Amino acid sequence: MEEIVQSFFNAEIAQAAMPIVLAGLLNTVLLSLLVVPLGLIGGLILALLAQVKGPLVRWALISWVDFFRAFPPLVLLILLFAGLPFAGLELSGFACVAIAFFLNTGAYYGEILRAGIDSIPRGQVEAARSTGLSGLQTMTWVVLPQAVRNVLPDLLSNTLEVVKLTSLGSVVAVPELLFQARQAQSVTYNPTPIVMAAVIYFLILWPVVRLLSRLENRASAGRA
Amino acid sequence: MNSTVAEPIVAARGIHKHFGHLHVLKGVDLEVAERELVFVIGPSGSGKSTLLRCLNRLEEPSAGNITVAGIDMLDPRTDINHARQHIGMVFQSFNLYPHMTALGNVMLALRKVAGKSRTEAEKLAQAALERVGLADRADHRPAELSGGQQQRVAIARAIALEPRVMLFDEPTSALDPELVGSVLAVMRSLRESGMTMIVVSHEMGFARAAADRVVFMDHGLIVEQGPPAQIFESPAHERTRAFIGQIRQH
Repeated sequence: MEEIVQSFFNAEIAQAAMPIVLAGLLNTVLLSLLVVPLGLIGGLILALLAQVKGPLVRWALISWVDFFRAFPPLVLLILLFAGLPFAGLELSGFACVAIAFFLNTGAYYGEILRAGIDSIPRGQVEAARSTGLSGLQTMTWVVLPQAVRNVLPDLLSNTLEVVKLTSLGSVVAVPELLFQARQAQSVTYNPTPIVMAAVIYFLILWPVVRLLSRLENRASAGRA
Repeated sequence: MNSTVAEPIVAARGIHKHFGHLHVLKGVDLEVAERELVFVIGPSGSGKSTLLRCLNRLEEPSAGNITVAGIDMLDPRTDINHARQHIGMVFQSFNLYPHMTALGNVMLALRKVAGKSRTEAEKLAQAALERVGLADRADHRPAELSGGQQQRVAIARAIALEPRVMLFDEPTSALDPELVGSVLAVMRSLRESGMTMIVVSHEMGFARAAADRVVFMDHGLIVEQGPPAQIFESPAHERTRAFIGQIRQH
């Protein structure tokens, strides 16, 4: 028992590792604040393109989304990080994570938003267009606000996955939470910093999980 | 042509509409004078709603010409969004924006299409809700309103833009019978204010009391038209007679 506490819950080591781990937390937050909006923007572009009715756009879109949903994000990230320099593009780990997430999570966000847009009755668009709103104005003010509300639980759920996936950044030396914790671990020869990272992940994500299940309960109550 | 008759505000000529293999409109001509109230009746599938939706180009006619308030609606150079401001439309299923209040529903196009400031749009929207008797429901969401109230908000949304013509596509068909009266009352007051109206509906009582002309359509063509008394009491065509007999039984 004593041994377990010494290796996993070592207060002395926790204190020493705290600044390192917190620096990692800061980067995880920054990374999330970068990749979530990027993924949403990518997803929105895909969802809007999906409204264009043409076989060419349709097939291009399906191939794109299928490819990036089937491609493991870790492999994509390593490929970008290792491969791009050969194409003459020297990018930081941070930039590679941003691109990989834009491609990968954008495909997921895109499918969610597309489903949301498809859930809006045709009559909403017709009513808006009949008052003279353009297609884009109709999308912005009438369709998207309702679409986002309809798929909010899915968007949040995906966002939760995205924040967790930022730990992949550790593979390309982005000093986010997991990377910093492992640095601290290797310096102290003690896994306490990893436990600290786990606790921090839980503390920042648990409220989102709570919110999510409340939204899901409300949605199913609304359907009943 | 009689020179005292003003240029019609709506003129549709030779309108055809195909949906794939279905030939829904087979060369329809319809002219509507300013301040006229025209009722369009006919069995389901006769093309009456499609004709109405062609007038503001919610449906693209396959052939023909449409002029509304002097604007050539089918000319590719026509700014259709601008033209649609002059043509209000009311739908069977209301189609209010559920995420906005009644006031918000009316304000949206005033802000985004007519380019009014927030305060001005709010004033105009409030006035439009007043006209349909719902000034006190401005802050309610559609879900908190009855069907009849929702349809009246939808009418307010259309008239706030001060259209030259109003199109009604079965405005009372989705309503419980006891709510129909309030919507018809609003349409009657609109009529009295001189609004040009084209109404697809089977509300015979209303047609008899308010319509200048009743148009009977069947199989994508206008079969006959005339004053309500003539169409309802002594229709010239067998098909019209059969149809009137059917809707009477309801």
